[in-house]
Amino acid sequence: MYKVKVGKKILSANEEYAALNSQFLTEHKKLCLNMISSPGSGKTAILARTITELKGKIRIGVIEGDIQTEIDAERIRAAGAAAVQINTDGACHLSALQVNSALKKLPVEELDLIFIENVGNLVCPSTFELGETAKVAVLSVPEGDDKPAKYPAIFARAKALLINKVDLLEAVDFDIERAKADVMKLNRDIKIFPVSAKTGQGFGDWCNWLLELTGK
Amino acid sequence: MHELMVAQSLLTSITAEAEKQNAKPLAAGISCGIFNAINDDTLLFAFEAIAKGTICEGVKLNISHKPVQARCKNCQNIFEFDIASPRCKNCHSDDFELMPDPPLLLEEIEFDTE
Repeated sequence: MYKVKVGKKILSANEEYAALNSQFLTEHKKLCLNMISSPGSGKTAILARTITELKGKIRIGVIEGDIQTEIDAERIRAAGAAAVQINTDGACHLSALQVNSALKKLPVEELDLIFIENVGNLVCPSTFELGETAKVAVLSVPEGDDKPAKYPAIFARAKALLINKVDLLEAVDFDIERAKADVMKLNRDIKIFPVSAKTGQGFGDWCNWLLELTGK
Repeated sequence: MHELMVAQSLLTSITAEAEKQNAKPLAAGISCGIFNAINDDTLLFAFEAIAKGTICEGVKLNISHKPVQARCKNCQNIFEFDIASPRCKNCHSDDFELMPDPPLLLEEIEFDTE
C-alpha cells in the first residue's frame, strides 16, 4: 500500500468560472451582490422595492435563481429592471457557470449594479463562490432570531444583512438585538439593515448604502 | 444535495490518478473548512452509490474538517476561530476578521501495491 499526495481543489471547476466572472465584473467596473437567504424571506420583494426606490439613480439588473419557473424574473421586470432567470432544476444553489452565461444575457454596459438572487437556501449557496463583489444575507423575522447562531456560514461571510419583515416584529417572538449580537460575534464589519419590503421601512439607509457602494 | 456533485468530482479525480498510477485506489483523504456546507454522511452515501462498478468501488473516504483562521484587529494575532468562544486567543478582543474558509481539498489517495 502506498500514498499519493494530490492537493486538488474539489470545487476547482466552479472556482475557475467564479474567477472569470469576477474578472468580467472588474473589467466592466460593475458591482455584483449575491443575495442569500431561506426561501420566503422576501429577497424578490426587497429587490422590487429597491429597484423602484432607486429608479433614475442606479441602473439595476438581476440574475434570478430558482429551482423552477420564471415567476421571480417577471416580478423584477414588472418593477422595471432587466432580469435573467436561471432554473437549477433541483440543484440547491447557483453555480458560477450558470452565472457566467446569465451575465452574457444581461445588458451589462447599461447597468451600475447587478444582483444575483440565489436559490432560497441558507446553507448550500454560501459554499459556492460566484465571482460576486460581495454577499448580502437576508433574514426575515418570522424565521426566528436564532438563525445566525444555527446557520453561521452565510452571516460570517456577508457584507450586509437585511432583517426583513420588521413590520411583523410585534406579532412574532424575534429579538432583533439578539440576532444582531449573534451576527456581530461572527462578523463585526457587517452592515445590518432592519427593513420591511412591504411598508418601505428602513429602505432609506439600505438604498443610501447602495448609492455609496456604487459611487452614485 | 450538492454532495452528489462533489462525489462526482472526487470520482473523476481519483479515477484519473488511478489510471496514472495503474493501481487500485483503497482510500482517499479529503479536508474542508468548518463553514463548507458538506455533510459527511451524505457525501459518503453519494460516493458509494456512484463508485459502484468503477475502479473506485469500495474506496474509503476519510473526511477531516479544518478550523477557520481569524486575524485579531487589536493585536494582529492569527488564531483558530472557535464558534463557541469567538475571541482572540491572545488578547481576548472580539474584533477580528475571518480568513477565507479552507477549500474542499482532495489531499491524498492510498493505492494497493498489488
